[in-house]
Parts: sequence; structure tokens; C-alpha cells
Amino acid sequence: MKRVAIIGVGQSAFVRGYEGSIRELAFEGFKEAMEDAKISVKDIDASIICSAPEYDKQRSPAGVIVEYLGLIPQPTCYVETVCSSSSTGLMVAYSMIQAALYDVVAVIGFQKMSEISSMEVQERMGRGADIQWESPFGTMMPAYYAMYARAYMEEYGLTLDDLAKVRVKAATYGQINEKAVYRKPVTLEDFTDPESRLAAPVADPLRVGDCCANADGSSCVIVANGEKAKAMCERPVWILGLGAASEAVNMAGRPDLTRGLRVGIEAGEKAYKMAGVTPKDIDVAEVHDCFTIAEIMAYENLGFAKPGEGRDLIRSKETYKEGSIPVNVDGGLLSKGHPIGATGGSQIRTIVKQLRGEAGQMQVKDPAIGLIHNIGGVGLYGNVTILGRE
Amino acid sequence: MAKKEEQDTRFSKFGTVSFTSITKTNDFIDYLEEGKVMGTRCKNCGKTFFPPRVDCYNCLCSDIEWFEISGRGRLLSYTKLMFAPVGFEDDLPYMLGLADFGDFKVFGRVSKEIPEEEIKVAMEVVPRVVKLPEGRITYELTKA
Ligand SMILES: [Zn+2]
Repeated sequence: MKRVAIIGVGQSAFVRGYEGSIRELAFEGFKEAMEDAKISVKDIDASIICSAPEYDKQRSPAGVIVEYLGLIPQPTCYVETVCSSSSTGLMVAYSMIQAALYDVVAVIGFQKMSEISSMEVQERMGRGADIQWESPFGTMMPAYYAMYARAYMEEYGLTLDDLAKVRVKAATYGQINEKAVYRKPVTLEDFTDPESRLAAPVADPLRVGDCCANADGSSCVIVANGEKAKAMCERPVWILGLGAASEAVNMAGRPDLTRGLRVGIEAGEKAYKMAGVTPKDIDVAEVHDCFTIAEIMAYENLGFAKPGEGRDLIRSKETYKEGSIPVNVDGGLLSKGHPIGATGGSQIRTIVKQLRGEAGQMQVKDPAIGLIHNIGGVGLYGNVTILGRE
Repeated sequence: MAKKEEQDTRFSKFGTVSFTSITKTNDFIDYLEEGKVMGTRCKNCGKTFFPPRVDCYNCLCSDIEWFEISGRGRLLSYTKLMFAPVGFEDDLPYMLGLADFGDFKVFGRVSKEIPEEEIKVAMEVVPRVVKLPEGRITYELTKA
């Protein structure tokens, strides 16, 4: 099989209340990726635009965005798996290149969530689940993840403190990531002080501090076939493995809440197999920490820890930058913010920079293989991507 | 001009806010009115479905029958919401839960009638129909 590489990555700053329209937002991530790849719009053969609908009013956003970015008349399309849209976009781009239809494809993710109130955001997200049988009860994302958290606490003795530790780690790195929306430090005391906003219950046992923030942002990943990549790029980062999966939309269809998200397991196994590596080979990872519990489940679902033992990794700080498996050392969704359609591309950008040794203060020591775990909805969709330096 | 045929929108009465009005499972609402929470079963292969559906992916047939949820379920998890999506603010605070009935699981509100300190993972629950204001109807999980 031919090889496919990433030759450019970019993202906008993730912010609350971006002062511009979606096309202008998309331009920010695109510009950084194009400058990173040192190419011009003529070099891009096709594009894939990724976001979740209903946050802004634009129907079929791909057309509007490619026109603004100067990517016409090249073909484009819209790809959506809610929060994992841009990882799915990468999978589609990879397939287009493997099929030899196109040589260079840009995957552009964006989301402008600030056009609606956070209650409306929760309503939209709740409708990303089962609108016929679940939404009429008043569901929202934190509630679903809270049910996983409670199941873990009952089954394995996971504690509120363990969850808080995930947020403390995220904030450690969010402070040094200039693209992150949340730059303040967080301590365990912030979760026990009744005066603290982070300690306020949202859907128990999850508190404000256990939840990532809505944000506006964009990302861009430029993918090329192996030969072009070697010709165009000094340090291409290679796509070694791609795994994806889907799951029952309704909680009633989920196999076992104490085993995390099945899409994470399925997508992970496929990606490891395709890349010919095991969890032990991963030097640095980005996992989908939309909630603190989601990071603990990801440790287990990706094979970094056995079921029930994910908490040990955060207790022992093994997922810090200096640990055996550094995870989300860019602040994760918890600190960076989670602009749905842009999130996967931002995670990919982080791993690409890590593998190139360009992550600055966040740099892990000499990583060769990195992994991205990006979940759509409450484990409705899952994507795991493995990248390598060689 | 021919008179427009009336649409069967019974499902729009389900829950606090329904996002679906037309479905082939509309009889679910009539059963709720009768006090019954029902699932469906494929007459061909016997597969049971909750939430109910009218098509079986197992054998691609649409010959189903309704059955009433009987017996006790085991509460697998629950959560108490302090924030709600638009349209549900007046219900706050409320609880959501998931219960295992063996062949299927049931997701829904947890009854506010159960004292909170009694709500525990693994407690036995049963579904119960709840009539809401303005003719709306739903079900909840309550103590067995
Ligand atoms: Zn059947």
C-alpha cells in the first residue's frame, strides 16, 4: 500500500465569542496549516469541511468556506460525526489519496458555538443523541458521561479526587498552550471549596470543573500522498493507522457502562492492527477528554491501563509529560476548549508537532509514535489515528 | 381543494418536550395512556426491542408484536441534573437513570418520589407511566 503523510497542520486560537463569521474563523486554521506546509492554494487538489450542524445558520458550509479560502474550483464535501468530524475527515482524505483520486487534500474543521446560548448548546448536543426516545427526558452530554462516572465509582472505587486530578493535569498544560481558551491553573482545592465555580455540580457526580468548555475555533490538516509529501515537505508525519467505529445511539443499547466506550476499544484495535503497533509503542497521546471521566475511560479503552485501573495512571502521574504515557499535554479539551468540528484537527496538530519536536514547553522527550483518540457524541462515533515520524 | 388528511402525531405528546411527532411506534403512546410501558418483539426471530421499533434488522422483517415490560430492573447508573437544556428548566433538578431488565435496558427519568438517599446503583426499579400537564405523557423508573 502507498503511504500517506501529513504535511501541514494549523489551528486558530480556541476562544469564547470569536469576533468573525465561520468563513473567517476557518481561514485562521487554514492559514497556519498552509504556512506550515509552505504551499499555495493551487497545490490543494480537494478539501473536506468538517463541523456539526445547527450552531450557526449556514446550510452546507463547505461551499462557502472553500470559496473564501480560494479552494475553488477543486472538489469539496462536508463530513460530520459531531465531535469527531475532523478525524473522520482525515480518514476520508486518506481514502481519497489511497484511491489515487487526489494527491493533496485539506481537512478543515470549524465550529462557532458562541452564536447560541450555552443552554441552547446543551439542547443541540442532547439532540446529538436519540431524539425520539431519550431527548424528551431532558438529556445533555454531561448527564450521559455522569452516568459512566457513577458506574465507574461504584464498580472500581474511582473517586471524585481522581476525576479532579485529570482536570488539574489538563490545566497544567493549558497554562502553557497559547491556543487554549482556559489558561488558569486548577488545584484539587478548587473542587472542594464550596465557593469555587469549578466545584458546582452540573450532573452529579460531574462538576463544572469536570466539563470542557464550549469554544469557537478552527483547525486544518493537510494530507498528501507519500511521493508528493517527500517532495514538498522536510518532515512529513506518516499516517500509520486509522480506526473508526459506531455505537448504539441510545444508552439502552450500550453493552456495559463499566467498560468505557466500545467505539474507543474498536477503533483503537483497528488502528493498532493497521499500524502494526501495540499500546506500549505509543510515546504520546491525545485523548477525547470532553469530561474528566472520558479521559480515564480512554486510558483503559486504548490499552494504556486494564479495565478499572485507568485511575492509577492519573494517581501516579504517568500521563504527565514526564510519565510513561503522556496524554493531553496540550491541555486537552478540558483546557483548550472543544469547538466540536475543529477538535480532532487540533488533536492531530498537537501530535504532529510532538513528532516533529516542535511542541515547545509541551514537548515530550523524543516521541516516534503518537496516537489521537477522538470521540463523537457519547461514544456514538469513535476514531483512533496513529501517526509516526518514520 | 381536497381536504388534507389528518396526520397521526400522537408521539408529539411524549415527555417534557418531544422532538418527534410521526413514527410507526405511535401506539407506544396509547399504551402509556393505558398505564403500560411496552417494548416490541420480532414475531419472526423473537428479538426484543426497547426502546420499541417496528423493523427487525436481524431478519429484515417488520412483523412485530408489543409486549409489556414486566419484572424488576436493576439500576445500572443515574445522575441528578442541576442544569437542563432549553425547554426543561422547569423540571430541575431531575434525575436520569438506566436500568437492566435482562433482555433489554430502559433509560428514563428516575422518580422524584424515591427519597434521594435510597437511590443506589443495583437497586430494583420498575417503569411507571406518568401523566404530565397539558395532556403530555411519559414514564419513569421508580422503586420496585
Ligand atoms: Zn427478527
